[in-house]
Amino acid sequence: MTMMKAGDARGAEAVSASRLTSHKMKEKGFASFLLFAGILVLMVLGAFFVTLVLQSWPLFRETGLSFFTTLRWAPMEEAFSVLPFLAGTLMTSLLSILIAFPFSMALSILLGEYLKTGPFAAAFKSVTELLAGIPSVIYGFWGIMILMPLIQSLQMKLGLIPYGVGVLTASLILSVMIIPYAASLGRDVISMVPGDLKEAAYAMGATRSEVVFHVTLPYARSGITAGFFLALGRAVGETMAVTMLIGNSNFIPRGIFSPANTMASVIANEFGEADGMHTTALIAVGLVLMILTGLINYAGKSIMKRFQVGG
Amino acid sequence: MKNPSVSKRMVKDHFFKGLVLFFASLVVIPLFLLLGYIFKKGIGAINWDFIFSMPAGVGESGGGIVHSLTGTLILIIIAVILSVPVAVATALFINDHPKNRISRMIRFTVDMLQGIPSIIMGIVVYIWIVLPMKNFSALAGGVALGIMMLPIVIKSTEETLKMVPESLKEASMALGAPYYKTVLHVILPAGLSGILTGVLLGVSRIAGETAPLLFTAFGNPFLNTNIFKPVDALPLLIYNYSTSPYPEWHSLAWGASFILVAFVLILNLITRLVVKKWQIKY
Amino acid sequence: MADKVLSVRGLNAYYGNKKAVLDVNVDFYKNKITAIMGPSGCGKTTFLRCLNRIHEVNIEARARIEGDIFLNSENIARMHPILVRRRIGMVFQKPNPFPHMTIYDNVIAGYKLNGIKKKKHEFDTIVEQSLTRTALWGEVKDSLYDRGTFLSGGQQQRLCIARALAMNPDVILLDEPTSALDPIATAKIEELLNELKENVTIIIVTHNMAQAGRISDYTAFFYLGELLEYGTTEKLFTNPENEKTENFLTGRFG
Repeated sequence: MTMMKAGDARGAEAVSASRLTSHKMKEKGFASFLLFAGILVLMVLGAFFVTLVLQSWPLFRETGLSFFTTLRWAPMEEAFSVLPFLAGTLMTSLLSILIAFPFSMALSILLGEYLKTGPFAAAFKSVTELLAGIPSVIYGFWGIMILMPLIQSLQMKLGLIPYGVGVLTASLILSVMIIPYAASLGRDVISMVPGDLKEAAYAMGATRSEVVFHVTLPYARSGITAGFFLALGRAVGETMAVTMLIGNSNFIPRGIFSPANTMASVIANEFGEADGMHTTALIAVGLVLMILTGLINYAGKSIMKRFQVGG
Repeated sequence: MKNPSVSKRMVKDHFFKGLVLFFASLVVIPLFLLLGYIFKKGIGAINWDFIFSMPAGVGESGGGIVHSLTGTLILIIIAVILSVPVAVATALFINDHPKNRISRMIRFTVDMLQGIPSIIMGIVVYIWIVLPMKNFSALAGGVALGIMMLPIVIKSTEETLKMVPESLKEASMALGAPYYKTVLHVILPAGLSGILTGVLLGVSRIAGETAPLLFTAFGNPFLNTNIFKPVDALPLLIYNYSTSPYPEWHSLAWGASFILVAFVLILNLITRLVVKKWQIKY
Repeated sequence: MADKVLSVRGLNAYYGNKKAVLDVNVDFYKNKITAIMGPSGCGKTTFLRCLNRIHEVNIEARARIEGDIFLNSENIARMHPILVRRRIGMVFQKPNPFPHMTIYDNVIAGYKLNGIKKKKHEFDTIVEQSLTRTALWGEVKDSLYDRGTFLSGGQQQRLCIARALAMNPDVILLDEPTSALDPIATAKIEELLNELKENVTIIIVTHNMAQAGRISDYTAFFYLGELLEYGTTEKLFTNPENEKTENFLTGRFG
């Protein structure tokens, strides 16, 4: 049964009703497929969260808040606490950001202000991208071969036990890893400062560095803060290089030369051989880690969005 | 009242610039140290045998990494098959309904997924797949890596789709084409470069990931092509060999590192040179 | 006849290899308003930007000049650009107060940027004087320490003028300062410029003939990079010598 009479002035191709319905079904099916895919993605994140919560629940039921208040991690005695690893994570991440800060700031200012175009800019950019693409485990390997002996000789000079590994070593390798990431974030932020503001400052007789100090950087302040948060999020979640260089000790580190464990590294180190409540406790550590990185990244992204819109 | 002279301020200006250059150049040094070291140590270990044979016994010299190379390949294939269709479909969805509540939630989810530490990926997939199957498997590893690839491919695809002008879509629909045909024959081809970029970037990222594989693919000293059994991978090999006490294994690890870094480099180059060339400009 | 404050001799300006301004000779007189007029693309803004050497700042544009510019008989090419810009201030087309600074800090931004430290009460005086001169004092004196983002376009532009004035320059260059403003704000600024000229020389680029006619003492007419005619506004508007000037004034092009 056709929809149009033969000889219709419009002369359009006759479309059969059955063909139309088959199109409609394909349309609907396609749209549903897209929707399904989207919802699947949502579910993946939700499932992550739910899995971690459900699987770690037995631990919280047993230890309650002492997971966050006691200080000992001794699986043999069923004593579990996330604090030594929280301390390890925060110490290494914050120290690494501290170390990385002048370098990534310098790189950001260089690429965002002084060398925006030209062969050097392209070279620096490629170098940065390459550094950012090197896998964590290779950084760790390099750290074991090069950094560890260096720190060991430093420790010997200072009269300390030459572990070679520990908070300082892990922080150093972490900072090498996040500098490229932080630098490219900073570069983007700095190059977004409106040119007419800078011109207004030049027109009053400011030197280039004065414009950077008094106009560019203050304007970019919130974007730089956002970058700081995002880099911190990266550092907190880093696993392999840290695991290989932090020394695998489950006590709260007493100084930068102490071996320690971060939340990520204790899981990497102990999950394989854990069982029973030990495994559950490790999953609980994982939950805390996921929430921490989630919060930090969310903060970073929100501040960055506000910077890009308003400035 | 203080009124610094121009020359004083110019000195400050040059000093500042010098400071910036100094610190920036210092960053380049670790790169060269790192890359140079990998190159130097790795290139010596590469030979035909290395790529195509199995590891030698403990403490013996020689041996190869064919099992890890195969494993990495298998894992990448699984990850791509699992994640790319879902990612492209999701990107199409949010491109169609940009203001929709679900789309906003998806964007949020993508941001959050990107930030999840890789070790967490590993233990969650362990709970989901390894436990019920009662053994480690390439499949589990592939799933973990696939989830890691999702945000990268979704974002890259969406970026490119956004650039497809509305007029193109309307032209196709005005010809009477049903929507899904418009998507398949007009929008997707236009967004192909974005999809490809995302896939290549995603692959270069997951090729080097170790943590998600520790408790999923687990590693295997033997060559294995059965996806329901554990499999080795380049980063796993590097991890195990580099933390071992055997210097012969260390050189193997350097060789593997070299291959991995070269792989990442080549993928990045391909992305930048070839794919960007394919990008349709409007 | 008034003194000459700024003298331009044989000025050619290039972007890379492209010549934008050809062989311009002109004098600007002290405490007078000179308007620079012409159709779009005639080089008037390029010319203006040479006067305080701000063309040197955007390296990518590859702008350069030949010829000489004298500020009170001193060749500005031989002065340090910083000193040039302290004596020749600039106000831009789109109002651009520094959004991260308070109104107070915006006015004295020139001092802060140049590292000149004064006592707070000295700065207070400068702020009040500059804002009074630009008829903003009454409107903002209670919100000096707020960021200027709540100000209207016209108020923001007056703030930028105050900022330039605070440095006590000899000359102020204005690049189409009212083109982004509504007629009432425009009128206020024209009034302002008329008062300001008693103490500072004003050079204003404008595409608005009527504006030039209203406020300027002298007018320069630019066309395709050349200075075609220059004289008192009265003469130029009533009895122009050059045919193109007349065409422009009567609206035949531009």
